[in-house]
Amino acid sequence: MYRTMLVARAFDERTSILFTQGKIPFTVTGHGHEGAQVAAAKCLVSGRDWVLPYYRDVGVVLTLGMTVRELMLAEFGKAADPNSGGRQMPKHWGARRLKIMTQSSPVATQLPHACGLAWAMRARKEPGVVWVSFGDGVASKGDFHEALNFAGIHKLPVVFFCENNYYAISVPFAKQSPVERVADRAAAYGMPGVSVDGNDVFEVYEATRRAVDRALAGEGPTLVEARTYRFGPHTSNDDDRRYRSREEVARWKEKDPIPRFAAYLKDVGLLDDQEDERLRAEIEREVREAAAWAESQPDPDPASVARYVYAEGGVGRGH
Amino acid sequence: MAIKNILESVRQTLFEAMSRDERVMILGEDVGRHGGVFNATQGLYEAFGEDRVVDTPLAESSIVGIAIGAAVGGMLPIAEIQFADFIHPAVDQIINEAAKIRYRSNNDFGCPIVIRAPYGGGVHGGLYHSQCVEALFFGTPGLKIVAPATPADVKGLLTAAIEDPDPVIFLEHKASYRAIKGEYPEGDYYVPIGPADVKRVGGDVTVVSYGMTMHYALQASEELSKEEGIEVEVIDLRTLLPLDRRTIVESVKKTGKLLIVHEDNLTGGIGAEVAATVANEAFMYLDAPIRRLAALDVPSTPYHPVLEQAMLPNKAQVKEAILDLARY
Amino acid sequence: MPREIVMPKLGESVVEGVIGKWLKAEGDFVDEDEPLVEVDTDKVNAEVPSPARGIVHRLLAREGETVAVGQVIAIIREVDEEVADLPAGESAPGGSTVANGSGGFAPGGSVAAAASAGVEPLARSPHLYSPAVRRLAAESGIDPATVTGTGRGGRVSKKDMERAIAQAKERERAVVLSGSHESRSVWAPEDESGSASAARRPLADGDEVLPITRMRRTIAERMVHSKRTVPHAWTTVEVDVTSLVAWRESIKEEFRRREGFNLTYLPFVVKAAVEALREYPILNSTWEEDRIVIKRRINIGIAVDLEDGLIVPVIKDADQKSIVGLARAIADLATRARAGTLTPDDVTGGTFTINNTGAFGSILSAPIINYPQAAILSMETITKRPVVVGDGIAIRSMMNLCMSLDHRVLDGAVCGRFLRSVKRRLESYDANTPLY
Repeated sequence: MYRTMLVARAFDERTSILFTQGKIPFTVTGHGHEGAQVAAAKCLVSGRDWVLPYYRDVGVVLTLGMTVRELMLAEFGKAADPNSGGRQMPKHWGARRLKIMTQSSPVATQLPHACGLAWAMRARKEPGVVWVSFGDGVASKGDFHEALNFAGIHKLPVVFFCENNYYAISVPFAKQSPVERVADRAAAYGMPGVSVDGNDVFEVYEATRRAVDRALAGEGPTLVEARTYRFGPHTSNDDDRRYRSREEVARWKEKDPIPRFAAYLKDVGLLDDQEDERLRAEIEREVREAAAWAESQPDPDPASVARYVYAEGGVGRGH
Repeated sequence: MAIKNILESVRQTLFEAMSRDERVMILGEDVGRHGGVFNATQGLYEAFGEDRVVDTPLAESSIVGIAIGAAVGGMLPIAEIQFADFIHPAVDQIINEAAKIRYRSNNDFGCPIVIRAPYGGGVHGGLYHSQCVEALFFGTPGLKIVAPATPADVKGLLTAAIEDPDPVIFLEHKASYRAIKGEYPEGDYYVPIGPADVKRVGGDVTVVSYGMTMHYALQASEELSKEEGIEVEVIDLRTLLPLDRRTIVESVKKTGKLLIVHEDNLTGGIGAEVAATVANEAFMYLDAPIRRLAALDVPSTPYHPVLEQAMLPNKAQVKEAILDLARY
Repeated sequence: MPREIVMPKLGESVVEGVIGKWLKAEGDFVDEDEPLVEVDTDKVNAEVPSPARGIVHRLLAREGETVAVGQVIAIIREVDEEVADLPAGESAPGGSTVANGSGGFAPGGSVAAAASAGVEPLARSPHLYSPAVRRLAAESGIDPATVTGTGRGGRVSKKDMERAIAQAKERERAVVLSGSHESRSVWAPEDESGSASAARRPLADGDEVLPITRMRRTIAERMVHSKRTVPHAWTTVEVDVTSLVAWRESIKEEFRRREGFNLTYLPFVVKAAVEALREYPILNSTWEEDRIVIKRRINIGIAVDLEDGLIVPVIKDADQKSIVGLARAIADLATRARAGTLTPDDVTGGTFTINNTGAFGSILSAPIINYPQAAILSMETITKRPVVVGDGIAIRSMMNLCMSLDHRVLDGAVCGRFLRSVKRRLESYDANTPLY
């Protein structure tokens, strides 16, 4: 788990560099979210559960089985990008083999999808849960309320996972919600709402584990709120210095989940400084190599631009 | 062959599809116990249960969103929007999600959903129970839009829509629900999505239409044949997207004269695309300017009949327009 | 004023209802809003309150009957009103006098739409040709300006062009049949012979009526036109063709064997004529209103008789052919004429016509000029006659040549010289004459 968190952090750092180097036109980072993401994803079974991660969830997709190289292909929009073949911006996840539902840019649309997937799993008697994540801004959207409402009525096996980093781009949480916790909204939809320290991997793991077990047992959905913070801007197009102070960022950096977890691991003897350094160096190498490799991969074929608007070949009867 | 009206045809086709394939499910407001506010799903809840005929909360966006998720998860959902006028909250899910799932995932995912909605006016429905919404979705590649006008076409195209691996918007003209009756084919009957249908062959004028106005065109054509010896070719589009340009162009190359009739507003209606296509592909065969007859460009259909009738195209106007064009 | 009560529309898209139960009988008093009848539809069952206060005058539908929305189901009269007894099923006078509020809700009450419901006005430009018209003009070569327009404002429409094209094709076929190379001018409506307008004479017993074929009509029109327009003069010469006859008799079998067709006298006459035409080109010309055009090419039309008429295929550049060449051309044209496989090119462009009337035994003919040529020559039958030769009498083979001429272009002198030239040549043909 620690390793994955380190990989996620290293990956995001590398993409930021690639962006400032002008090698990629855009990126989104999730510095600060790694703990919540990896801890939550650890509760899922890749290939059994349907997962709808949002655009910051590098930690989630890595945990589920996507490789660094695959993520890099998406950063460069290359033809072999498994999420979209270069058709979508990076971090717009989608991989049927991992049961990661294809994501779009309008936020919150994936929540009703999660309900539909859960309905189908239950109708088809497929074991597993649906896990969908989103930011605090999504909790204001209509689709959020409609989805929680429906899931609550039908006790669908869904875990609604909110990574509340207290900003929706520049809009602070106080302007986003009249109540202090996103989890407070759960009661309105007939499900438990659990708010945890998103930078504490154990709290997140425990809350998610319980939510997953609840769902597997047929007891219905849960809204889990992981309170965390993003150290970087919203995306590479955003300058967060315009709306928050460096002091605030520094304060949250003290709660950075990675050193916290590292400290714990060292405390219990599962990690020492040497191993930590070795890991980081190895990961740095891996990420650099993946970036270089991905950059050299073929671009999408322009001739393919019009394909797959509709299903191809043998559609409908009489074909 | 049985005679059914449009509503009965929808209901029976849904019943047959759900009997054939247990993946088919229906969701929407009042579709279950009530059988739908138009009775379109009457009896299905009793036959297939509440897990397959789902009464949803009053939340159009998620009706479609849940259908999308269920489709990706392996079901064949048919989402009902109670009136096309209420489809707008679901536009994000329809245009940004359903229409783009296959393209954005590079064919890793598909979205086999059907969205059914009653549309059209002439029923004293006022501004919010009479709208035509096809133009709203027409310019969205990745969607299919179907608007059959006869019981046989309803069965054939609804069957095809349910089987289609891509999202299909299935529009039912509410004025036709009980007013239009016809032969309802028994057994397995399939009409491919795409091809238009030449409902009447003629050599003097081509009329392209769909929905209720298509029936006006047919009636007017019969009268004009008897009264004036004018033979009109009536093309029922049936499928609006993708548009069957070839059938339209071939017909206009024969007659040289084209009238497009639809109940939707004139500006930006589907008629504009038909006109542009014909002007481009059959220019040297045109013997008269391309004409469109459509609703006035007012925001929607007003309530009082005199206002409603002043806004909507009617059979007399269709007939007059055809005659005028024939004499050009 | 009696009020009509109509079947209400109990729900969107409902088009009919069933009378469930009448709650009032004829003669009963009913107050406004008091339930009058129970109506069943497949959406809703409802009690219909009366819109008016009065006495139920007549019930026009039975219980259990299905009635279309908007149809009158009852009539209510005012309490003290006398109403003329209405036969059941008919509405009160002034049909659409339904209650104020519900008037427009009858589906049959279609108000003529005031506005044009989004219709753009038609462009009215009779002198602009539509793309279809221009395309047909380009394809067919017909100038739309020459076509009568039956479209709006007199514009030439696609149908008008199609009609003109069909007519041109008909004329072309008629041209092929009749051999006229100026068929279009012949087709001028004002030249139509008055056969249609001539008074029909009554038929007598045993009379046979033949319909007039296209060919016959064409021939008729051409003949009338020619005779009407061209002042015909006529002249004739006698030709001593004894040597020619003797020669031809001697070689005809071998010729037939070698060439596969018969050698008649016609190619010799044609040969003589074209050489004479070279000498006197004025006979190879056309009168036009303000000029005479002498044609350079010598294209000889040969009249061929068909089962039901006559056709004149043309030997182009006949002056460049030998006698055998002419013979072959004549045989070929005659064969194809009889087979009906002549092309328009075969029957147009003639400048001078020769008619073998002698084939039928004629000794003198007055042929009609093949307009717009200037003259026509007929060769008559060859007969053995006693003639004066020197100071004695001999039996000679004699053939008359007759010529009709356009006296606007030609006069007796030049024609006489022309005929003398033809005669001289024909009388000179013998075994020494080159056939090829």
